[in-house]
Amino acid sequence: MEAKGIDFLPREELEALQLKRLQETVARSYERVECFRRRMDEKGLKPSDVKSLQDLAKLPFSYKKDLRDYYPYGLFAEPLENVVRVHASSGTTGKRIVVGYTQNDLDMWDDCIARMLTSLGVTAEDRIQVSFGYGLFTGGLGLHGGAQKIGALVIPMSSGNTPLQIQTMIDFEATVLCCTPSYVMYLGEEVQKMGVKDQLKLRIGIFGAEPWSENMREKIEDALGIKAYDIYGLSEVLGPGVSGECPEQAGMHIREDNFIAEIIDPDTEEVLPLGSEGELVFTSITKEAFPVIRYRTRDICRLIPERCPCGSTHLRMGKPQGRTDDMMIIRGVNVFPSQIEEVLLKVCGDKITPNYQIVLDRVNHNDTFDVNVEMSPSFFTDDIKSIEKLERTIVESLRSALGIGAKVHLVNPQSIVRSEGKAKRVIDLRKGKI
Amino acid sequence: MLIKQLSIFLENKTGSLHAALEALASHGVNISALSLADTADFGILRLIVDEPEKAKSVLAEMGVAVLLSDVLAVAMDDVPGGMAELLHQVAAEGLSVEYMYACVGRVSGKALTVMRLDDNEKGEALIQRGKHGQVNPADIYRL
Repeated sequence: MEAKGIDFLPREELEALQLKRLQETVARSYERVECFRRRMDEKGLKPSDVKSLQDLAKLPFSYKKDLRDYYPYGLFAEPLENVVRVHASSGTTGKRIVVGYTQNDLDMWDDCIARMLTSLGVTAEDRIQVSFGYGLFTGGLGLHGGAQKIGALVIPMSSGNTPLQIQTMIDFEATVLCCTPSYVMYLGEEVQKMGVKDQLKLRIGIFGAEPWSENMREKIEDALGIKAYDIYGLSEVLGPGVSGECPEQAGMHIREDNFIAEIIDPDTEEVLPLGSEGELVFTSITKEAFPVIRYRTRDICRLIPERCPCGSTHLRMGKPQGRTDDMMIIRGVNVFPSQIEEVLLKVCGDKITPNYQIVLDRVNHNDTFDVNVEMSPSFFTDDIKSIEKLERTIVESLRSALGIGAKVHLVNPQSIVRSEGKAKRVIDLRKGKI
Repeated sequence: MLIKQLSIFLENKTGSLHAALEALASHGVNISALSLADTADFGILRLIVDEPEKAKSVLAEMGVAVLLSDVLAVAMDDVPGGMAELLHQVAAEGLSVEYMYACVGRVSGKALTVMRLDDNEKGEALIQRGKHGQVNPADIYRL
């Protein structure tokens, strides 16, 4: 089927396709994934019980914790010889989570990205600079595949080295830029400082992997003279491209021929009526290597009931408004307080108290990430070197565990403010700042 | 002579030095000597005070990391070369100075310095062998 076609498929046909694919996915997963089979059996369900799309609501949920419990390959539904790539990201503790793709999965991923690009008017004549990180992170290679699929010229820059990023954009006449919204804010400022805006050929930007606001969109569009679009995804479900904006800039179209979205009440786990705000839950219906059924994203958002003026029949989701867990997104990287706690415990032992505090802020469009750690009274010696050494050790261990740098401050034994005896772990001052 | 030194951890933020000194002041603790070491991220305030134990418990109750330890107090002639002579003896003995600072007043017309050497006992023995370096700790605490 032609890419443009499927986005405009009449709703009844789309839903018939979804049902068929859902039934196949449930049957395959039941047969091949022990964790899913066990949960189905516990509920007394068989794959044949899925007779309509409404029956999806009967099926068991899956969670990020599952990826850790079955690390690395326990949730794969294909033998490893059919898996052609893995990606990984941080789990809720020090252990990473891993996902796999067959060649068909990669083709589907490319297709999702390609459809978004095409809907935005990106063609083979465009030059796409991919400034998401390449590697185990899904951002770089995810955008790369879809950009190549439409025949565009891909500039695989990866992240970092801002002066080189800007020079490359100018020299290679990039017309499309893909990166995190906070990074493009910074890039835009550097471009203004260097006074090279009129040497850029950029016309479109695709930004994702962290939340951003309409206010930021205006600033980005102004600073670089481009149209800025939001893209959504998570590696457990696919990577970037699960949904993305169309030219209307009014919600991200979910690629519903590959994914079914539900919004649930995170406490009661009941499915909420279309248009309600709640936790986003995804079921993949075409993935082979790593199918997910009712995966709890922990993102809070709403599905938009109205049909989009662009004419696509695929549902749109609003920007995620928050999380149901304590995950933080710092410079585009997912970080859980528990990961930090684990590092502190491991490298400091009784040199510190169990109280620490994470302070996030935004300065010059960049996230700042400070960790205050209370030293134990017994650790304090008159020796400056040993205190500095402990600080350095924590910084290095956090960097290797999280992949991003933190500023670490040892503080006095009772200086972190407690409420009801417990310290508030995270202070996020970024709200409303761009 | 070995005397008690109070070391106080200071976070790198406005007012932390003041808070520590204010607490000591309100408990009537008097300071005879002080030095402030700073790094990029924190400071250590070192004090010689008239009531070291009391000062320590006042600060510890505030939740400040604090330590009492022994340092060497030495008297010397307040003339050019007085300190150079002292350091010559220290070096000749094979001792290293980790840090040192001066007292605010004099005892019997002599200038006073507080030193942290890599070996307190050898340092103390060195001073006791000399004629002029000795000073009564009580005189320093009273400064």
